[in-house]
Amino acid sequence: MTANFLAVNSLFVNLDQIFVLLRNWLVGFLPAALQPAAGVLLGVIAIVSVFPGLFALTTVFERKGLGRMQNRLGPNRVGPYGLFQPIADGIKSLTKEDIVPFSANAVVHFLAPLVLVVTVFMGFAVLPMGRNMVLVDMDSGLLFFFAMGAATELSVFMAGWSSRNKYSLLGAMRAVAQMISYEVVLLLSAVSIVMITGSLSLTKIVAAQNQYTGIFPHWYIFTPWGLAGFIVFAIAATAETNRTPFDLPEGESELVAGYHTEYSGFKFALFFLGEYLAMFALSGLGATLFLGGWSAPFSFLGWVPSWIWFFSKVMCAIFIFIWMRGTLPRLRQDQLMNFAWKFVLPFTLLNLLVTALWRFMGDGWQRWVVCTAILAAAYVIMGRLQMRSQHFGRRSYRYAE
Amino acid sequence: MSPIFYLLAVLTLAGGLASVLLKHLVHCALAVTIAFAGLALLFLQLDAQFAGFAQILVYIGAVAILIVFAILLTRGSELPKGGVFSPTWLVGLVIAAGVFAVLGWAVLASVSAIPQSNIVPSVTVHDIGLALVGRYVLPLEIVALLLTAATIGAVIVAMHEKKERPQ
Amino acid sequence: MTTPLTGYLLVAALLFAIGLGGALVRRNAILVLIGIELMLNAANLNLIAFWRYGPHPEALTGMMFAIFSIAVAAAEAAVGLGLVIAIYRHTNTTELDKIDRMKG
Repeated sequence: MTANFLAVNSLFVNLDQIFVLLRNWLVGFLPAALQPAAGVLLGVIAIVSVFPGLFALTTVFERKGLGRMQNRLGPNRVGPYGLFQPIADGIKSLTKEDIVPFSANAVVHFLAPLVLVVTVFMGFAVLPMGRNMVLVDMDSGLLFFFAMGAATELSVFMAGWSSRNKYSLLGAMRAVAQMISYEVVLLLSAVSIVMITGSLSLTKIVAAQNQYTGIFPHWYIFTPWGLAGFIVFAIAATAETNRTPFDLPEGESELVAGYHTEYSGFKFALFFLGEYLAMFALSGLGATLFLGGWSAPFSFLGWVPSWIWFFSKVMCAIFIFIWMRGTLPRLRQDQLMNFAWKFVLPFTLLNLLVTALWRFMGDGWQRWVVCTAILAAAYVIMGRLQMRSQHFGRRSYRYAE
Repeated sequence: MSPIFYLLAVLTLAGGLASVLLKHLVHCALAVTIAFAGLALLFLQLDAQFAGFAQILVYIGAVAILIVFAILLTRGSELPKGGVFSPTWLVGLVIAAGVFAVLGWAVLASVSAIPQSNIVPSVTVHDIGLALVGRYVLPLEIVALLLTAATIGAVIVAMHEKKERPQ
Repeated sequence: MTTPLTGYLLVAALLFAIGLGGALVRRNAILVLIGIELMLNAANLNLIAFWRYGPHPEALTGMMFAIFSIAVAAAEAAVGLGLVIAIYRHTNTTELDKIDRMKG
């Protein structure tokens, strides 16, 4: 019996570490001097193949999901239930003619999608995707991730300006203004996590959440400041990646296609890839910071491999992104900026204070009550203050004849 | 010195040179972004990871975008008549060359006096945090005050003035 | 005999001279600001190089100085560019040669 249990246990441990063992086995063929570099190279190849594969899957899920929410079927011709649609999309984007406008700045026009994709891929280097499965375990990993996020804004501007097109430039300015506003919010919501953990290293943040009291995990989302921080992070992540309801910069009915109007063929596919990869990276970061990364939701589920938990959390977040896109209307530019600076940012600063209060009140039920009360009261008060300045009239209905 | 250092130095200096010599303002802004990126990589080469990532986050993520917005809001896309260099450009060039000559001579003449230690310092974010709230808490608070004043000041200076409507 | 430190110091000196030249030679106010940012960056490089190769790197003096310098430079860039925008709104030009009257 014990031998069986030990065998099963070691089977699951091996399954958990299967990619690490695979990499060590492959790297073992090389001389010792080349081994670290080869290990990192294998990790890079894995990331560069897995995430674009997930991107392909997500495009078809998004179209089918949106279709179902809008009471229609999505693409269903190519392959069973339309699952091979990304292959058709890929062939289309590779064979389309690459049109560069005559008066466009050719060098900058060419470099913009490259800068976007390169900086977004760099963000994946610090995400811990499983036990011992982080590409580079940096001491200031979170700072590196945000630095890469900040660098993507420049590529958006480069794309919009180099096209010499009014719609592109307007879309780019709007996108950059929105991205820098919500970048502040994103960083501040992550600072409370750093305060409680005491480290900027993402592996340490996951390790701090990987503990269980009874069967419940110590994920930060299960604390009042963590829940508020997670909601703020989710709003900021939606705005950072220009998803509905914050997708005015690429709103098809207003701006043709915003800053990637003048891009066709493979460069447009690169922009698309960059946007979805940014969604994956931010979902991965949200899962790492608030949802415990690769740790299991209940302690008795610890036998499931850690990378399955990480990727299922990321795919849940992607599903919520798709769900929001199918449900919510678009926000206007001034509504979006008002929301960021006048509601979300003060709320995030208050959340930081509440986190400090939580830390210094020590263990006990008092801190739960006090922190929840402060956050709920602040939300209601700030919401009412914002609504009072909106001057809504009575709701009126007009029915079709 | 390693070839990586030469490559990064050439990248940074080329970016800096391009940013002061090019005619079109937005090209200058993008060239100075390349210089910032080269400098961030030089910081990483010097084992100063926190400073390097802070350089990327602040300079490329904020200052470069500020410069670009200012260029677009002040119609920088039009080239001025009379050239982009001021009529007294030769004096400026001579002064800059003189400054470089003095600095270079000072550096090369004092090579033997510069203390050299080849221990790689291992500085963690924890140490930086302790230093910030320990020994350097006064500069931290003053910089916080300065940043608040600068934010409010920049908004007020660049705000549209409310014009009185003629009745 | 050149050491790694000398290499970094020379690069910083050259970058400083380039920034200074740019600030003195160009007509547009924004390019003067770009030159100033280059000078500040060169000083930061100097600070970090001395921190790395000098005595007592565990005291973190050079690194702290550079971090504060980055923060202050960002604040100064914001205010400076706000001033340039305000002057443009008032005089409709950003060329420094044309802004030569005290009277608005």
